[in-house]
Parts: sequence; structure tokens; C-alpha cells
Amino acid sequence: MAVMSGTTAPARAADSRSPGSRRPTRRGWKVTPWLFLAVPLGLLILFTYVPVANMVWYSFTSWDGFDAVKEPVGFKNYVEIFTRPEIFRVFLVSLYYLVGAFLQLVLAMYFATVLSFSTRFRNWFKGIIFFPYLLNGVAIGLVFLFFFRPGGTLDALLGLVGVQEAPLWLGDPSLVNVSLAATSVWRYMGLNFVLFLGAIQSIPNEQYEAAELDGATSWQKFRFIILPSISQIVGLSLILAVSGALSVFEIPFIMTGGANGSETFVIQTINTAFKFSKVGLASAMAVVLLLLVLLVSWVQRRFFPEEKGDLA
Amino acid sequence: MSQQHVTTDRPTRTNQPSVTERMRQGFAQQTRSFSAILGPLGTTLKYVSLVIACAAAIIPLVTIFMAAFKSSEEYANTGPLDPPSNWFNVENFATAFVNGKMLEGFVNTTIILVVSLAGTILIGTMTAYAVDRFDFRGRRLVMGMFLLATLVPSVTTQVATFQIINGLGLFNTRGAAIALFMGTDIIAIYIFLQFMRSIPRSLDEAAMLDGANRMTIYSRIIFPLLRPAIATVVIIKGLAIYNEFYIPFLYMPSRDLGVISTSLFRFKGPYGSQWEVIAAGTILVIVPTLVAFLLLQRHIYNGLTSGATK
Repeated sequence: MAVMSGTTAPARAADSRSPGSRRPTRRGWKVTPWLFLAVPLGLLILFTYVPVANMVWYSFTSWDGFDAVKEPVGFKNYVEIFTRPEIFRVFLVSLYYLVGAFLQLVLAMYFATVLSFSTRFRNWFKGIIFFPYLLNGVAIGLVFLFFFRPGGTLDALLGLVGVQEAPLWLGDPSLVNVSLAATSVWRYMGLNFVLFLGAIQSIPNEQYEAAELDGATSWQKFRFIILPSISQIVGLSLILAVSGALSVFEIPFIMTGGANGSETFVIQTINTAFKFSKVGLASAMAVVLLLLVLLVSWVQRRFFPEEKGDLA
Repeated sequence: MSQQHVTTDRPTRTNQPSVTERMRQGFAQQTRSFSAILGPLGTTLKYVSLVIACAAAIIPLVTIFMAAFKSSEEYANTGPLDPPSNWFNVENFATAFVNGKMLEGFVNTTIILVVSLAGTILIGTMTAYAVDRFDFRGRRLVMGMFLLATLVPSVTTQVATFQIINGLGLFNTRGAAIALFMGTDIIAIYIFLQFMRSIPRSLDEAAMLDGANRMTIYSRIIFPLLRPAIATVVIIKGLAIYNEFYIPFLYMPSRDLGVISTSLFRFKGPYGSQWEVIAAGTILVIVPTLVAFLLLQRHIYNGLTSGATK
């Protein structure tokens, strides 16, 4: 800061973007940025764009991942995805996570609103509600395997209130996805909560004062002050929840490995590629998922245009 | 123009305490009206709901914590809600640490963490510097490429990324995880870019007048000034790497290359019925996170607010 005060002549700052301030030779100006960008761009292309391009290419072949020849098969893989019900049906599993995600957003909004009012032990509540989000996914998986197992924590808790015949939380195909989606809510709610809380706390106090003068109730303050000012972050969270629900992987993979009807689209894709060596078909599945996620992002851009607008 | 930005930007940051102060007063007023409308019943409901949420967050962790201190016989004969008879029984932790190869896991995670973080910081700051401080043909294209890449969920492209890692000869080496953590982190670039905009260009220009070249400006002026942003990236990226399961699981299947996540995941097989050992391993993974959270709480909240919205 001390350095800055001596050098910020307004005149120089004013034309800082104009060509006159470009000290080095024109040639230097053209090459230098690319020297800084060489490694980052190289890695970006190598690990993002080349894989996407290859994936599209593989998806039109029947490649097994080892063979030197990649036999082109046209749209056969895509036809297979949409005609074999057992492949596409796993998307239904995502619905459980989608419902869970909505519940998660509502809970996060409730707790963020409540804690934005002054509350005793506020930081403790905030920390405890948020902490699960920081935990290692495998640790969470094991914690909840222990929680849901027969005779585990949940059954013991239910025993305290007199429920003797607890169901198999992870063994019953009609319950397993509910249990896993609940685990997912437990894991991710804290993040939404902290983001919402941050947005609510950045509302200028004058707005509350003005509302107070007009005799607004708490509900009206929530509805007309808090909700509009967090709508951006809520919209973004909603979209992330949808694409997150489409590409659920860690929790079901760690906890059940996809057994009992808990298989998700990503688990199925990974198994198709690395267990059954059908890289071609798996690539087609990955392309379908990628297109779905891009579609969701496009919807976000249409309905929440300000988001990220200044980054490009 | 840029000067204007700086002068309006800086005060907000330095004035933060007073803003929060004012907000706190505002919230105090809120409470009055809150309880005035909903009455004592509303306040009670509020605290009850908060306590329930905290119980839901803590109970699964507490029961596994208690299980970690039980002997196998004790575990078999007590319920999950019963505390262990001996809180100093660390036998399970020893078993988990030695037989479960958790020591190797911690070592591998640390190596990968340090190298990837250093790489991410260098790459991110260089990209942000190039994009923010130079006007060059293709600048918008470069920005667009980084922007578009945020939309590609990495979990979908692993099918093809695998072939590339394999082709580079990185499969089953720590290099696989390091390369992927370094090469696919776009959020860090955005954090640096946003922060870079608050560093006045006049600093660069003054240094240039003194004869500094671009490399010197980057390393002596920009990089040190980016320190707060670097701290943010270290925190959110460090957490992400510590918690990452999928990349090491897929690219480093060798037993000796286990990281925290994969070593713990392997407990599922051999210790399938020994829950007291699995519990101890889980606690060993959770404790560093808890310590980091307690020490860095405020930085973590701030980092996530700037990073998680990508």
C-alpha cells in the first residue's frame, strides 16, 4: 500500500489501458502473455478438451479400451442407451437425490434465515450445521454405513422411542435410495446454508430499517427483502442441485457399490467402461450425461443471466 | 477507470468491521420484532429446531467415535449408544494406522497435496496475470475456453481421461493425481482473477518505468499481493484434495499408493465385520479436518463463499 500511494498519479492511471502505456516492444507484447499461458492452456487442453473430443469419438466405436483398432459403429451405442431400459432407468434413481436436494435447499434457507437473526450460541450452531460438508466422502460413507446398519445407530435411536422392528435401511430396495439421499442431504446442506447465510448478511441494514418504519412483519421481511436478495444464489444452488443429482456418484458407490437398485448413471458408466471394458458404450453414456448437464447450465444462463457475467 | 475501481473497492474491504457492527445492531432489532411477532413460542421453536439440526449433524459422528474406543468383545455386547468402558483404549487406532496402511495414506496424501497446491497456485496466478494484465489477440477465446471447461463435470470425462493418463505413463503413480489436480482446477483461476482486478495497474506501470520486466512484475509485485487469494485457494483446494476419492481410486489402485480416502475405503473388505477398527480409521480421517476447521473457521467460510459459487 505504501508503494502504491507514491505512484498513483491520476493521469497515468487514467490512460493505463490505452496503447501509449505499453512500454515493451510490440513483439514482446504479443509473445509474453502466451509464455504465461503456455502451461495452463496446455493442461486445460490435455485434461479437459482432448478427453471430451476423444470421448465423442469413442462413443461412435465399439472400442474395448485395449484393442489397437477402434471399430466405428455409427449411432449403435446411442441407440442402445435409449432402447435398453435397464441403462436409462438408472436416471430414475436421480429423482430421489433431486427430491433430497430440494429438501436440502429448503432446510438450508430456513436455518440461514433463523441464524441471520441474533441468536444465542450463533457461531456454535453455524459451525455444527456446516461441519459435515468438510468431511471426507469415504469417512461419511462409513459413518452412515454404521448409522444405517441393522442394530446400528438409527435402529438404537428408534429403539429408544419404542420402534422394535426397524427395516433394513440399506438392504431394502424400496428404502435404500431414500437412505442414501438422506446421507447426501446430511453431507451437503451445510454448504448451501453457509452460502445463503452469507448472502442474507450482505443485505444492507437500511432495508430492514425502512421495512420496520413501514411496519413490515417478519414474514414480509423474509418474503420481500431476504428472498429477493438471495434469489441469485438460490437459483445457482438449484441448478447445481439438478446437475448434482444427475451425476451422483460417491455416496452410493462407497456405501453400497450400487447394490439393491441404488446404482446411479455414473456408477453404471464407470462399471461399463472399467469393469466390462465397453469403452465405446460407456463414452456414449458419458456424452449423454455431459449433454444433460450442459443443458441444465444453459437453462441457468437463460434464467439467471447476471451470474458469472463479468468473468468472460 | 481502473483507478476509480480501486478507490471504491478498497474502503469497503477495510471498513468491514464497522459494516458488520452496524449489521449486528440491525439483527438485534430484528430479534425484537421476531419475538414480538412470534412470541416466546416462536423463539422456543427456533431453538428447538436448531438443537435438532445439531443433534442430526453430531449423533452419527459421536456414535462412531464411541465405537472406536471399544474392544471387539465390548463392541459385540454393547449398543451403539453406549459409551465405551475405557476412553483410553487406543488399540483400534493402532490397528487401523498400522495394518490399515493409514500411515502410507497420510504420507501419499501429503505429497500429492503439497505438490498439487504449489502447481495450482503457480498455474492459477500465471493465468490470471496473463489474462488480466495483457491485451492480446485471442484473449477472449482463452477466457471462453476456461469458462466452458467449468461446465464439463470431470466425473463424466474420466472414461477418456483415463486413456490419456495411461498414455502419459502416469497410471499407478502419484503423478496421475497431481497432474489432474493441477490441470483441471479452474475455480482457483477465477479466484485469482477476481482478486487481481483489485490490484491497481499503476503498480505494474511504476515498476515498468523502473525497468522491471514482466517476469519480475509477476514474481515481485503481483504474486506477493495475491497472498490473501492464495490463502483462499490453499484452503478450498486443500480440502478438496484431502477429500478426493474418485481420482486416486481410479488412477492409483496399487496398495502402496493409497491416499487417505482409498486406504479408508479398503477397510470395507478385510475389516468388514470389525466395526470398531473401521470406526477408528474413520475418526483418524476426520480429526485433521476438525482441527483445520477449528483453526481456520473464518477463512473456510470466506473461501467457500468466494469459491463454491464458481
